[in-house]
Amino acid sequence: MIPISAEKIHQTVEEIYRTESRRVLATLIRLLHDFELAEEALHDAFIAAVEQWQQKGIPDNPRAWLVSAGRFKAIDKIRRRARFDASLQALAHELDEAVSDEIEGGELEDDRLRLIFTCCHPALASDAQIALTLREVCGLTTEEIGRAFLASPATLAQRIVRAKSKIRDAKIPYQVPEPDELPERLDAVLQVIYLVFNEGYYASSGESLMRPDVSGEAIRLGRLLMELLPEPEVLGLLALMLLAESRRAARATSAGELILLEHQDRSLWSRELIAEGTALVEQALASRQVGMYMAQAAISAVHARAATTDTTDWGQIVALYDLLSRASPSPVIALNRAVAIAMRDGPEAGLALVDQILQHGELLNYQLAHAARADFCRRLGRKEEALAAYRKALALAQQEPERRFLEKRIAELS
Amino acid sequence: MKYVCLGFMDEGKWASMAAAECEAMMKECFAYDEILKRDGHFISDTALQSSGNAVTLRWYQSKVSVTDGPFAETKEQLGGILILEARDLNQAIQLMSNHPGVRLGGPFEIRPMHEEITTRAMEGLDANELLASIK
Repeated sequence: MIPISAEKIHQTVEEIYRTESRRVLATLIRLLHDFELAEEALHDAFIAAVEQWQQKGIPDNPRAWLVSAGRFKAIDKIRRRARFDASLQALAHELDEAVSDEIEGGELEDDRLRLIFTCCHPALASDAQIALTLREVCGLTTEEIGRAFLASPATLAQRIVRAKSKIRDAKIPYQVPEPDELPERLDAVLQVIYLVFNEGYYASSGESLMRPDVSGEAIRLGRLLMELLPEPEVLGLLALMLLAESRRAARATSAGELILLEHQDRSLWSRELIAEGTALVEQALASRQVGMYMAQAAISAVHARAATTDTTDWGQIVALYDLLSRASPSPVIALNRAVAIAMRDGPEAGLALVDQILQHGELLNYQLAHAARADFCRRLGRKEEALAAYRKALALAQQEPERRFLEKRIAELS
Repeated sequence: MKYVCLGFMDEGKWASMAAAECEAMMKECFAYDEILKRDGHFISDTALQSSGNAVTLRWYQSKVSVTDGPFAETKEQLGGILILEARDLNQAIQLMSNHPGVRLGGPFEIRPMHEEITTRAMEGLDANELLASIK
């Protein structure tokens, strides 16, 4: 064996950490039945790799080596603790026996899907699902998650610790759900990924409009999920995110001001992402299932195809919104449909629909409903009504660039 | 692992149902208990009288105060307590999702039993410990 330089080893281990650590962790959690123990074992395994690979060379299957090393370290740790606790002795023995075959056989199962479903279990609160998924599946630090969600690392760390205790104490199993539970449980996973994406795409508060690294993480998660479980809605969600992402460069001015779809410079849209997203939508629609994400992605793909707002196929967009309202009826979808109808049939038709929606009451505190009403009134020359609606929207808006956009519109009309 | 399932229900809705309908629902629930027994999941099932028959005790100003009615005045009141043996939380969720009672609108709350404290409570203290504790 040729000795390898320390520097080369560090580089290789870092590279393997980036590509393999989540998968090794996912398997260690299955083998050790414990998140904390598995994380410590992962850490110990990588330390051992740095020490031993320099002398013995890089193993043929680094992943299996790391799982095996991590497991031995954990067994050692349990044995040391077992001197004080007899019940742990049995556990250490069981661990020793149970899994050698799988590791030595070389064909390690991919446990990441188990990890994703456990982190997104419906018994965990939504913010805990997000924090746990980003920590365990994506490997982000609590500082990084804190920056993404504008929460303190201490708060997030506590949220993650509580979620892990609940997994252990309530005995949330480490498994992929049975086929009959899968659709519902998959919805929860998709929702976590979509919430993460949206946090990066429409940052819900604060100074900047977007946090691209956060959206990037969601897209990575979407790709991973598609690799592990290529269900039509998984394709639909990934397509939706890619198509939204394709417009990122065109969505804001260099000063960070919001640019609406109709005014975006479409030459800035990423053709590559549009091509990938569109192909995925077509694949998802070919399944002949209807889902909320694939319908939204299909709408996004129609926009992506058009050279301008005027040449957009608004008739098709309205038809897709009809489909979407049937798949998952909601007032927000009704509002978007009203905007599409205004584009197809004129602002008067849109205004009538928005007024109906506002009458139902659920969207009275939703700034975009008032902003849409304001825009229709403005286009119809009903200046006073437009001003009143823009002011309502401004009073409800939380995000700085959005507020500046509304203020500009008010100034233009006054 | 043992799970305690708290079955809440809208008592008003139950009271407004015809007697035959109530009887049919109860029979369905008993039949489901039989399935749970057959499969080794059943530990116990306790039905509660109306929350109108409840009293609530509180430690208040250094003595016990007794007030009428349930602890919380909500539309849904605790109606029964079912204790299950299940492999894990997913199995408990699945078993309770198939319980006919869930169709009354629930909600059902599933909580893992604290087995260690429950065992201590059930076994009780031995005489020496007991003497030491009341000294």
